[in-house]
Amino acid sequence: MDFLIGWLAIIPSYTTPLLLASVGLILSERAGVLNLGAEGMMALGAMTAAITVLAGHDPWMGIAAGAAAAVAVSLLFGLAVVVFRADQTLAGLAVVAIGLGVTGTVGRPYVQQTFGGLPKLGDLLALDPANPLGRIIAAQDVISLAAPILALAAWWWLMKTQAGLRLRAAGENPAAADVAGVDIQLTQLAAVLFAGLMCGLAGAYLSVATSHVWVENMVAARGWIAVALVILAKWSPARAVIGAMLFGSADALVPRLQAIGADVPVYLMMMLPYALTLFVLFLTSLSGRGSGEPASLGAVYLRQDKH
Amino acid sequence: MHVLPAGTPPALDLRGICKAFDGKPALDDAHFSLAWGEVHALVGENGAGKSTLMNVATGVYAADHGSQIVDGSELSPRSPQEATDAGIGMVHQHFRLVDRFSVAENVLLTLGGRVRSLRAAADLIAAKAREVGLDVDPFRQVSTLSIAERQRVEILKVLLLGARIIILDEPTAVLTEEESSALLVFTRRLADADHAVVLITHKLKEVAAHTDRITVMRHGKTVLAGAPMAEVSEAEVGRLIVGEAVVAAARPQSRPGEERLVVRGLGFDGQKRGGAVELTLRAGEVLGLAGVGGNGQEQLVACLAGTLAASAGSFTLSGVDVTRATPSRRRDLGLRVIPASRFATGLVRQMSIAENLAMTNVRTGHFGGRWFLDRRRMKAAALAAIERFDIRGAGPNRRTELLSGGNAQKVLLARELDDGLKVLIAHSPSRGLDVKASEFVRDAIRAAVEAGAACLLISEDLQEVMGLSHRVAVMNGGVIAGNRPIADVTPEWIGALLTGHA
Repeated sequence: MDFLIGWLAIIPSYTTPLLLASVGLILSERAGVLNLGAEGMMALGAMTAAITVLAGHDPWMGIAAGAAAAVAVSLLFGLAVVVFRADQTLAGLAVVAIGLGVTGTVGRPYVQQTFGGLPKLGDLLALDPANPLGRIIAAQDVISLAAPILALAAWWWLMKTQAGLRLRAAGENPAAADVAGVDIQLTQLAAVLFAGLMCGLAGAYLSVATSHVWVENMVAARGWIAVALVILAKWSPARAVIGAMLFGSADALVPRLQAIGADVPVYLMMMLPYALTLFVLFLTSLSGRGSGEPASLGAVYLRQDKH
Repeated sequence: MHVLPAGTPPALDLRGICKAFDGKPALDDAHFSLAWGEVHALVGENGAGKSTLMNVATGVYAADHGSQIVDGSELSPRSPQEATDAGIGMVHQHFRLVDRFSVAENVLLTLGGRVRSLRAAADLIAAKAREVGLDVDPFRQVSTLSIAERQRVEILKVLLLGARIIILDEPTAVLTEEESSALLVFTRRLADADHAVVLITHKLKEVAAHTDRITVMRHGKTVLAGAPMAEVSEAEVGRLIVGEAVVAAARPQSRPGEERLVVRGLGFDGQKRGGAVELTLRAGEVLGLAGVGGNGQEQLVACLAGTLAASAGSFTLSGVDVTRATPSRRRDLGLRVIPASRFATGLVRQMSIAENLAMTNVRTGHFGGRWFLDRRRMKAAALAAIERFDIRGAGPNRRTELLSGGNAQKVLLARELDDGLKVLIAHSPSRGLDVKASEFVRDAIRAAVEAGAACLLISEDLQEVMGLSHRVAVMNGGVIAGNRPIADVTPEWIGALLTGHA
């Protein structure tokens, strides 16, 4: 019972970064821009947030700074792929390399310095530690509660508003959207910046809310899992909530099992989320129904002008 | 066409429109006048300027000269948006729909801020569909709709944007006969409800019964302006469409040799019911296959080249049945192909001139035996070809994508017009080339045929067909609609076959 409660209590903190990042990526890809840079943007977000807090700022300031850093690098990415029409796959991988390289170098002096992170609900509210539900709620923070709401809001915006319709049109058939008066470049750039914002938040959450420390490579391929989650969720922010919870639960199992001293091979356990990724992608590819992939994902749109 | 009060201004009046692309005139003093309440056919060959003229009218292109009057007032739209605001709408041949969206979502996308919600868009569609008598379900996803249904969605989109002047670009090209006649009946109804409709078309016969007036264009000029349909004969229109090209062309003598390519009852997708291609091509002659693009030419070439399986019939190369033979077997028997799109099935863009030239002979071991590539030999062959075919500004290692269209075509010619050539399939060999390069290509084909090859020339350019061929056939609806020696070819005959009479 204790094990279960402990596990349930930490699942949201493992789910949140995956969910935030994948919602951002989904919007970018729905607008037609393949965005593989999540790993790099999350690393930048995590390190910038940690440095900011270590410099004596508020944790919220740290999170804002982390998000801003990722937005800045995604502005570069956006200019490269949307304005200068660079190859989206290569540019995305470049963002990963930049993110990991910069954080490795700039972050070195700050490695392993712990700091006071984002307060938990338990610190803010008077909750009964004897009550199992109280214990679970106490372990949460504002962001982990807001993340699923944000994901559902993103889904609603995408599917139910005219702005969302225009964004989806840009990713499905940019020529048709262009004729209908959608500014393709502006739309795609905005979507890319939003993805940067969300990936930066996800990274900052890892260092400021979960670990309270910066360690090189602390993102540990969660950015790549977010990329896989986009496919698993069939490009729907609502389905991403379920997918992120699935992965978050698997990820959260490892520290819990270690904590109770269960005799399981640790490295095998740490493989679990990735093995699960492969397995689920395999399953989704089996289900014959459409993948939901935007028809013009990754395609460069050039207007046919003869003026 | 119902009677309008005297003095009613025309719906659309285009006067003296000129438009050039890169110095080449596409429209040269073109005129077009469209009255309210009529269905007006705009006909002409490919490249005659019909679509360009309508693109000027809808603000896609800006005219270099000329004036445009819409419902009595001067208006030259500088953008498609301005044309839309002026009540002019065009349904393009290639639909602009988001397949994954529902009909209502597509309409909402187009109408933008003018509609508040998806629900409102769906209601508008349903109301408009009922009003004009088009059957459309607003909630169906576009990807599940037939071509005819998608066309209806496009027409509704244009109407919902407030268009009263409706231009349909080749609307029947993608439709079955039944769907076509339903569409034409619909356009008549639309015209009667105080709209004006332009039908851009090649298929004069199909639309003749449903149109009030006809305008014919040729080489960017208006050669027949708004004549009442009842007062012109089909032969007259056919002659106007093809012009004097047919008469003025040189007529080489035919001295046919042995049968090189015999096609019997060849069937493939895209033919009219029960259709089949019959052809006989002899050594030393050019058989010119004229016809409007999209009438089965692509499929015929693919069948002959071996990249598309024939669904019926057979054909022989020098007496050997090769209907099911591999492309390399056909090559061994002397078949060579110049495809319509150079880089799709002819050359490999990213590879060098030398590599492209060697490609077809690597298999025979000519360039380094079974395992290796003899670079030196490839280079020597490329240098020889560059010399012989006058390929400008390029060494053997230059990637073909960096060459001009004319020089890339010369690389292709150098490879295909080799010593083994027996039968040449040339599909629009001079398309997109300048005058000089075109002449070079034609001379090369003439020389090859002089030397004893047989050539099937498939082209939409009548001048090219007339200038090269010993015999002329016309392709329409996936079948050979007629076949005559060059001396018996008349403008009326070709015009009638092109537009689907006979």
